[in-house]
Amino acid sequence: MGILDVRNCTKTFGGLVAVNDLNLSLNPGELYGLIGPNGAGKTTIFNLITGVYTPDDGLIELDGKPIQRLKPSTIARLGMSRTFQNIRLFQTMTVLENVKLARQMHMKQSLFDAVIRTHHLKEEEDEIEHDSLDLLKIFNLDKRAYELALSLPYGSQRRLEIARALATHPKVLLLDEPAAGMNPQEAIELMHLIKRSRDEFHITVLLVEHNMKVVMGVCEKIQVIDYGETIAVGTPKEIQDNPKVVEAYLGGA
Amino acid sequence: MKRWAFGLVALAVLAGLEASLRGLIGAYNYQVLILVGINIILAVSLNLINGFTGQFSIGHAGFYAVGAYTSASLVYYGGPGFRALTSFLPNMAQNAVLLLLGLLAAAIVAAIAGLAVGIPSLRLRGDYLAIVTLGFGEIIRVLILNINALGGSRGFSGIPQLSNFFWVYFFVLITIAAVHNLVNSSYGRALISIRDDEIAAEAMGVDTTRLKVMSFVISSMFAGIAGGLFGHFTMYLHPNSFLFTTSFNLIIMIVVGGLGSIEGSILGAVLVTVTLEAFRGFGAFRLVNFSVLLVLIMLYRPQGLMGSWTPFKMKQRAAAAK
Repeated sequence: MGILDVRNCTKTFGGLVAVNDLNLSLNPGELYGLIGPNGAGKTTIFNLITGVYTPDDGLIELDGKPIQRLKPSTIARLGMSRTFQNIRLFQTMTVLENVKLARQMHMKQSLFDAVIRTHHLKEEEDEIEHDSLDLLKIFNLDKRAYELALSLPYGSQRRLEIARALATHPKVLLLDEPAAGMNPQEAIELMHLIKRSRDEFHITVLLVEHNMKVVMGVCEKIQVIDYGETIAVGTPKEIQDNPKVVEAYLGGA
Repeated sequence: MKRWAFGLVALAVLAGLEASLRGLIGAYNYQVLILVGINIILAVSLNLINGFTGQFSIGHAGFYAVGAYTSASLVYYGGPGFRALTSFLPNMAQNAVLLLLGLLAAAIVAAIAGLAVGIPSLRLRGDYLAIVTLGFGEIIRVLILNINALGGSRGFSGIPQLSNFFWVYFFVLITIAAVHNLVNSSYGRALISIRDDEIAAEAMGVDTTRLKVMSFVISSMFAGIAGGLFGHFTMYLHPNSFLFTTSFNLIIMIVVGGLGSIEGSILGAVLVTVTLEAFRGFGAFRLVNFSVLLVLIMLYRPQGLMGSWTPFKMKQRAAAAK
């Protein structure tokens, strides 16, 4: 049993079978890649795992607990965090506040503390601020901590999304096309960052990415899907040599 | 310690003003000042849900009415009995306790109404809240029109006058402090994250439904308190005080002041209330002139007079960082 298990999951939209009897299993600490041509069902799988959709059939387990019927916020509290394909930062908040928000679920302050502004609240706020600045330093964003998230350049916004996701202290981190729109240099830096995050925060990473250089460079195990079904699972080398994968990407010869 | 000292000074100043103000500025201006205070409570509380949480409520007058009639009827029907029971207390103390009990009931009943309206409509994403709150405001008004014990369409008269400048501005300070502290806590961050991006907020573990309902209930509660203060000042309530236009004037206040800015809501409440009074001289053209003023403000300051709170906050924090 892995840290994240998807068992025989099916999701249909009307007559369209977006995900069909899919299995996926992540071992703790793994860097796992999920790839497939456009429309293969990758984003649907992400939405199933994070609770945005409920599967029609099948089981999803996070660290042994079934989560397929829970709300996204509850799943996040159980240790699942994600980034978004199209960046979704809190734009009117500062860089620091974005990270502090992600700490929200671990805070102990009550509504009473908040309204009266007790000593307890101030202590907790200071502690979280300190924590968050440390995290931002790892991502080289501490110099811009007090600027609006919206004012950051594109690459930094991507990094901030990952930092924010890590601030929730997840067990599993889902990255939805983190290299989209990055130039080759930024993509290489991103690869190092993903590896470093996994090692320092002891997390398991599920990566959806179109940039093959990044996928092959980072992932230890790759699963290829097409039309909502798994067509291959293996190491990067095995995947590159698999005739079915070549066919799905390039079309039948 | 500093906060207690500040509180005591504020209370002393309020009491001093209460004693001297009516003689200094005249009964009419005194009444306008009370109205400004009540509108500040309403605007600041409405801003919590519309400005900070990003949900659009257009039925604030409904909760205002619930509070006004709850407190007024409690004191009207229960007041004589209470006075007989506590005849050992001086009259002033009786008045204060009676007012506070009335306001407590107003806050609780308005909060329950907020919960009943909020739970079904805030679970959904989108504009449902606007439609439901609009309906709620009208239902409450029509309901009161048809309850004889509350005066119906004749209006509710004979409410004892218990609130005054001191009490109104005491609750103005409490409302501002509570909303300010709330918005600057982790709860406030969560509310703003819902406004900015509900999907991302949910993915970061923010229970968006619970927080939206919480913010809505707190907002309704303060509207209830404002209602109680209003009824016990004017000594007469009529359903026409709680028309859709009342809700709309409140929205104008927070938009003119700047959505998501407490300072803006205060400024908006003062400006709109005072302008509407000052323009009475224009007779039939009063609302025309008022509208022209609003159009001009929106043309030159589309983000509201104070803008959003963030730019101010940012400068403050950037300075703190250096």
